[in-house]
Amino acid sequence: MKLNTNSNIYTIIYACVVVVIVAFLLAFVSSALKAPSEANERIDQQKQILASLNLKPEKAQVESQYKQVVVADPIVDTLGNVVSESGGFKVKRKDIGKPQLPVYVCQINGETKYVLPMVGKGLWGTIWGYLALNDDCETVYGAYFSHESETAGLGALIAEADFQSEFKGKKIHDAEGNYLSVVKFGSKQEHPEVQCDGISGATLTTNGVNAMISDYLKMYKNFLNKKKQNL
Amino acid sequence: MSQLFSKDNRQILTAPLNGDNPIMIQILGICSALAVTAQLEPAIVMGLSVTVITAFSNVIISIIRKTIPNRIRIIIQLVVVAALVTVVSMVLKAFAYDVSVKLSVYVGLIITNCILMGRLEAFAMMNKPWESFLDGIGNGLGYAWILVVIGAVRELLGSGTLLGYTIIPQGAYDAGYVNNGMMTMPAMALILLGIVIGVHRAVNKDIKS
Repeated sequence: MKLNTNSNIYTIIYACVVVVIVAFLLAFVSSALKAPSEANERIDQQKQILASLNLKPEKAQVESQYKQVVVADPIVDTLGNVVSESGGFKVKRKDIGKPQLPVYVCQINGETKYVLPMVGKGLWGTIWGYLALNDDCETVYGAYFSHESETAGLGALIAEADFQSEFKGKKIHDAEGNYLSVVKFGSKQEHPEVQCDGISGATLTTNGVNAMISDYLKMYKNFLNKKKQNL
Repeated sequence: MSQLFSKDNRQILTAPLNGDNPIMIQILGICSALAVTAQLEPAIVMGLSVTVITAFSNVIISIIRKTIPNRIRIIIQLVVVAALVTVVSMVLKAFAYDVSVKLSVYVGLIITNCILMGRLEAFAMMNKPWESFLDGIGNGLGYAWILVVIGAVRELLGSGTLLGYTIIPQGAYDAGYVNNGMMTMPAMALILLGIVIGVHRAVNKDIKS
């Protein structure tokens, strides 16, 4: 019997069968590859946190070094209260600050460092970063920024070490209440304690970085003040 | 064996590399060719991904070509391509995470690459699986080698490296050489692609546009 491949019933059954087969296939592949791809995402996030602490281990050493350095990942709220003693690492990037604020407590050469994750808007898409502070809760120990889709060669330079190293040793805010920020490259820095050189041609991306830093430092302010009082 | 690689079949495999190149002659798949070629590594991975997907979607469509209802053939082709692209994207995420981050949305956008739909509709629907497989490999590689050429030029002139290894010696920078930041932008990729097409047509005068 020759099938009539143009009949309505044949077409509908054909479409259903194809979709079911494809759905099973994709579900199978997805669950088979779940473990390695989740591990990759985890290692990537750990690598970024370590990068803010000026540590750049090889991919194979990321997990062991992260375990060594990061001693706790509590979640705090905007009032500075600890909401949860751990689990900060699992907070999804889009949920940071609404209202969960993860803090990574790290030990490097016997000194305590606090790494604060932050998320903001660049010119084309999301930007994010990790700001590592010394235990005085004022001085920047290191910084890491990355982005989804900033312009290559301009805004994308925020992910480069040259830009990030500018932040080392700066204060997060000065006595006049100016927050840590990036200013136009080469212009006179009126508050050199809190200002870093920007990137020429990437004003909008660096504006996004500024907004992100001040937004999140405001949110973490109470937590940092509490830590300062306990010094 | 000799039948598998008969003169006709060799022609199917090699024509897309040169005289019937999807990018240079048919001007298909330009969008991704511009977007992922800022560095060599993503260009190579993208080229290979497209080759694998074109070849296997061609084979699958060719095997089931006689059963596909004519009215929904484009949809069936899309479903097959989309499934393969999703699989490739999951494999990349699991085994080549850094590259998959660099390629970002462009892996998913292989689905909309005109080369694939073009080959399925124009070739796989009318030919046997083996010929379709060769056609897919040929067209994929025809796409890939252009990406590799553009990716290599852009990475070399834009960042002074190839596959991440420094090529331009430090001495050149000390002497005043500067990386061309323009090369890392898609606009230069378009200009480079234009140059490649221009040179190709100048060399092969017999190709009709």
